[in-house]
Amino acid sequence: MADNPQISGHVRPLSPHLTIWRWQVTMLSSIMHRATGMALSAGAIVLAWWLVSISNGPEGYDSFMIYAAMPLGLVVLFGFTWSFAFHFCNGIRHLFWDLGYGFDKHVATRTGLLVFALSFLIAIGVFAFVWTGHAGYLR
Amino acid sequence: MKSAQTPLHKVQGLGAAHSGTGHFWRERVTAVALIPLSLWFAFVMLGLVDTNEVIMVQFLAHPWNALLMAAFAVTSLYHMSLGLQVVIDDYVHTAGMKIVLLFLVRCVVIATIATCVFALIRIASV
Repeated sequence: MADNPQISGHVRPLSPHLTIWRWQVTMLSSIMHRATGMALSAGAIVLAWWLVSISNGPEGYDSFMIYAAMPLGLVVLFGFTWSFAFHFCNGIRHLFWDLGYGFDKHVATRTGLLVFALSFLIAIGVFAFVWTGHAGYLR
Repeated sequence: MKSAQTPLHKVQGLGAAHSGTGHFWRERVTAVALIPLSLWFAFVMLGLVDTNEVIMVQFLAHPWNALLMAAFAVTSLYHMSLGLQVVIDDYVHTAGMKIVLLFLVRCVVIATIATCVFALIRIASV
């Protein structure tokens, strides 16, 4: 019978082992899909907080905006914006895979790079759109 | 080759995970539903930037907007519950801890759904 590698001192690489594999675009995009999904779970709680603050009248809303307008609040908001854009784009990539398209190694790498580029462009674009005074059109 | 599956196992069609394709399918259905809902949500969030509480209440009190915001919140949170379940299934290997965490995730999801819907009703009835 084979020795238990943990007991006999031979620590063997297990799968998935991030410190051993060479980084790939497809691997990073997969990890980021999960990471952004978890970040957006926190975002869902903030969405509930935002809705409750609006339902609490002007003072309630101000109490939310104090946090949202802080520098840290803006950093978190940018994080949510990018996570949202990434999870949205990469989710569509996943749905194409589910339909059987884009599984080729090189295609998957290219669409992975496209998702990264697109998500950063969207996130920066959204903040630029707001800071140049184009947002708030539902006034 | 003779199958090693028992007739009962075959009839149930649930496979090795004991839950069939239900989780996978619900994850895709909510994902597809979230494509238009997310675009609407992004449009609304950008449109409400730099406004005030009065305008937000006015906007969210409109039946269509309240309905779409509720649909976005509920679908997102359901999708989140399915996604976090996979994370827990992948990384938590003790049955006890797994049950506790899955229970906690569901509690948080249900409480957050209830909170969002209640807040929207409250906004609409002011």
